[in-house]
Amino acid sequence: MKAVANLRLSRTAIAAVLLAILFALFISIHPRGLSVYVLTIWANQGTLLALAAIAQFFVVLVRGIDLSVGPVVALTNVVASYVVSGSPLHVAAGVALALMVGVACGLANGAAVVVAGVPPIVATLALGSIYSGLALLLRPTPGGEISDGLSDALTYDVHGVPASLIIIAVALILLTTPLRRTRFGMSLYAIGSSREAALMSGIRVRAVTLSAYGLGGFFAALAGLYVSMITLTGDPNVGPPYTLNSIAAVVIGGVALSGGVGSPLGAALGAFILKTISGLMFFSGLPPLAQPFFEGAILAIAIALGAFGMLRVRSRLERFA
Amino acid sequence: MSAILSRSGSPRRGEGTIDRSVFLVILACVAVTIGAGIMSPGVLSLGYLLQQLQIASIVGLLATGAMLVILLGQIDLSVPLTITSTAILATSLAGASSEALAGLAIPAALLGGIVIGAVNGLGVAIFRIPAMVWTLAVNAMLLGMTVFYTGGFKPHGAPPTLAVFLAHGRTFGLPNAFLLWLAIGAGTIFMLRRTVFGTYIYALGQSPRALFLAGAPVDRVIVCVFAFAGFMSSLGGLLLVGYANQAYQGMGDSYLMPVIAAVVLGGTSILGGSGSYSGTFVGAIFITLLSSVLSLMQVQDAVRQIVFGAIILVMLAIHRTKLST
Repeated sequence: MKAVANLRLSRTAIAAVLLAILFALFISIHPRGLSVYVLTIWANQGTLLALAAIAQFFVVLVRGIDLSVGPVVALTNVVASYVVSGSPLHVAAGVALALMVGVACGLANGAAVVVAGVPPIVATLALGSIYSGLALLLRPTPGGEISDGLSDALTYDVHGVPASLIIIAVALILLTTPLRRTRFGMSLYAIGSSREAALMSGIRVRAVTLSAYGLGGFFAALAGLYVSMITLTGDPNVGPPYTLNSIAAVVIGGVALSGGVGSPLGAALGAFILKTISGLMFFSGLPPLAQPFFEGAILAIAIALGAFGMLRVRSRLERFA
Repeated sequence: MSAILSRSGSPRRGEGTIDRSVFLVILACVAVTIGAGIMSPGVLSLGYLLQQLQIASIVGLLATGAMLVILLGQIDLSVPLTITSTAILATSLAGASSEALAGLAIPAALLGGIVIGAVNGLGVAIFRIPAMVWTLAVNAMLLGMTVFYTGGFKPHGAPPTLAVFLAHGRTFGLPNAFLLWLAIGAGTIFMLRRTVFGTYIYALGQSPRALFLAGAPVDRVIVCVFAFAGFMSSLGGLLLVGYANQAYQGMGDSYLMPVIAAVVLGGTSILGGSGSYSGTFVGAIFITLLSSVLSLMQVQDAVRQIVFGAIILVMLAIHRTKLST
């Protein structure tokens, strides 16, 4: 057990070291060098994807996969563009509403998987198609408005420290201990490791799985809200990249797609690694039109390596277990 | 009935008897057609119905590939960009000034589809990457390639003559596309029912472990099925090019959900190992009819997207409830 814990720690450590190296490279080739401005832009991008990756993490942890992360980001972004503006009270109510929409989407995913028994891939694919349809109905073209005050507070820096880094740090601190210390957190890991064993030991598997999907929806909504804070509009087409990027981020961060292994910290590190690589490419002199291909290729390589590393096969037969 | 449908039971692959889900979809097709006919009488004309058959053939060809992948218990999410990228390849070659290059347009597009499919299959079979993640990543790479190639503009080129002939032409009064679909459908039914390869496909969906222990070339079967699916996607893309007389960025995007919906509606189990081609056949026709009725009603694309999502969900939920009773 201790060996497993060490292995997990080492994967996170590897991710952290990799991020540090990439960040140093990024700063060294960035034309403006290290400044609060550069750091803030970098942190905002990373935090955005990290929130989506944490959404993916909760679902992957219980042996699911969430192909609706992108659509939920788009839907909550669009909802926010209608309700997150005006007086502080309105803004607060608007944020709460957008988060509730996200949780509702997550719970609908969970219900389709747990109650209706639909496999997670198609359940989240089909529901994702519904969510992005709703986003398009609500706002066929980008527009709307977002509270400037809230956006300024969340996307600039506090005494030189980017607000987004504080947000993600708080989120990680709030998540890490409960995941390892509470009954609910341990149940999530138990279900991911072995659903049968979890069921036998009296864990309310259906309720906990449903909650995991709900939490996924909550964090996808946070990502959607943060998109609104950065862009100040609602765009129904903002979603698609988040689905694959969130999956790649969790894989890079050492979360096993087969469930039961990984941490929110790993998922967040994976997200920052991906965004740093994008930043590196942006300043590396690659033709801008070639960048989408290389981003896709890096995602594919990351996923392939992640899946490869996770696979400690003793015999060929085990691959089909 | 319920026992037959269960995963542990014997695989359902019969084409001889029309099973209940196929019958229900046929009824639904008739109902939708009559309903649309009451709203606008033009729907009931032979010309309109033949045109539907023409479009259904494209959906049906795409669904043929998707169905085989789903029979394995896998899924191919790279369909949209496989269509788009091979279609762009075909039009740019066909629009080239040299005759030789223009003649290569269709073979090159189909070969491109096979290569994309093989890459999908290799990732799934050799690297054991979950198909939905890997095919999504392949989709992202293809998107990057088409963006790079077209520079974000509408690609130049012309549709290959043969593609236009297949998509628009009629033989004995029937659309050529439909005849092509019938031929490929018949070939697929033969392959699924009469060949060892077909048996492998069902067996893989039922229990990959058992098939491996039986000494079957599991990896090769997976790669071949994905390559076939890529081939069908590029064939569907070619017909779309012929139909629209052009290729454009995003042309394949609206086909992923309807194609999966058609397969699932036809009663193929999303877990793999069970399903009949006749189901996919009527499923493709129903999805096309429904889609065209929705456009007659002038609903937005967004609503269509919601409807397809809802169909998939409801069908899977129904199948599941049948399993548990």
